[in-house]
Amino acid sequence: MTTTPTTTPPTTPPPTTTVPTDAPPDRPSRKVAASSAALQVGEDHHLCPGCGHPVAWRILLEVISELDLARRSIGVVGHGCYTNIVRLADIDWLQCLHGRAPAVATGVKRVRPEVAVFTLQGDGDMASEGLAEVLHAAARAERITCIMLNNGVFGDTGGQMTAASVVGQRTKTSLEGRDPATHGYPVPVADLVSRLPGTAYVARGGVGSAGAIAQTKRYLKRAFELQVAGAGFTFVEVLTMCPTGWFVPTAEGPGYLGATFEATFPLGEIR
Amino acid sequence: MSSTVTRSTVTRGTVVIDRDRCKGCELCIPACPPSVLVMSAERNSRGYRFPLLLDGCTACQACHAVCPDFVFDVYRFDEPIIGSAGRGPAADQPEDPA
Repeated sequence: MTTTPTTTPPTTPPPTTTVPTDAPPDRPSRKVAASSAALQVGEDHHLCPGCGHPVAWRILLEVISELDLARRSIGVVGHGCYTNIVRLADIDWLQCLHGRAPAVATGVKRVRPEVAVFTLQGDGDMASEGLAEVLHAAARAERITCIMLNNGVFGDTGGQMTAASVVGQRTKTSLEGRDPATHGYPVPVADLVSRLPGTAYVARGGVGSAGAIAQTKRYLKRAFELQVAGAGFTFVEVLTMCPTGWFVPTAEGPGYLGATFEATFPLGEIR
Repeated sequence: MSSTVTRSTVTRGTVVIDRDRCKGCELCIPACPPSVLVMSAERNSRGYRFPLLLDGCTACQACHAVCPDFVFDVYRFDEPIIGSAGRGPAADQPEDPA
């Protein structure tokens, strides 16, 4: 009670300093980035404010578009908030049972070897519900790309702890923070699959900053290039923000991601 | 760091903000290298505050990269604006013959 709340946010400038942003500029200029994602159909998605998943969607769709795979790629999705991409992106999709995407993608790739086949799964889907599927797909050297969006919570079911929640992380089912004595330790899926000889490429990126996003896009591109070249199993983990599930303000999501997730799951090319 | 109308600024580009698509997460504010995005006090049709642009945009596309709600179009000017950017040629700039 020592300070009086202000009615106006402190970041708000005097109105005379702002530039109009409601229409394209009328001076000679060139559009260097479009708001809608590559291959986007539909106007909007329903994911929460500050969610990192749509950023991962965007770079994934850019990679597919830039590699000219839009008409010959099939995505296999599990169950999670990210599954909303099937409504947003104009490529072919299959949705399968929780955690089973690598097994389904195996079948798709064996029937249609000329198509780029990838899975899009969350950490709840891949690490908690279907760890066996991704490990066996990697061990069989299936020529698919598995992508795990890791935010450490089951977002779409309300924010429960997953097998990849980091130590100390508060979730709906670990309100005092994940405690190794009670909940055990997080499963580093990327590190596990990198130990299997059938794996051609493993990388872990994040979407916490513009630089990390650009780097993660390069990882995704490399994975798809190697899949198309027939190199073997490829895997990219993407650390994303879930401020709703983490109980943090949206603007603090990238900071929390860096301090906790990136400390537990270091970014970089692993194999 | 604070932006004022008297600040001498080079503006190399601008953004178009789809304010009604914005969910007010504020990720673009710290992501902007020249710190020319600030949040509005006004709220959009969904009840969220949204970003406003100040002079000095470099068209670097960092806001576009970090935005989860696909709000930003980014434009790079053929010629930078010295001084206040506003929309169109600045008052102290000659008309671009091109």
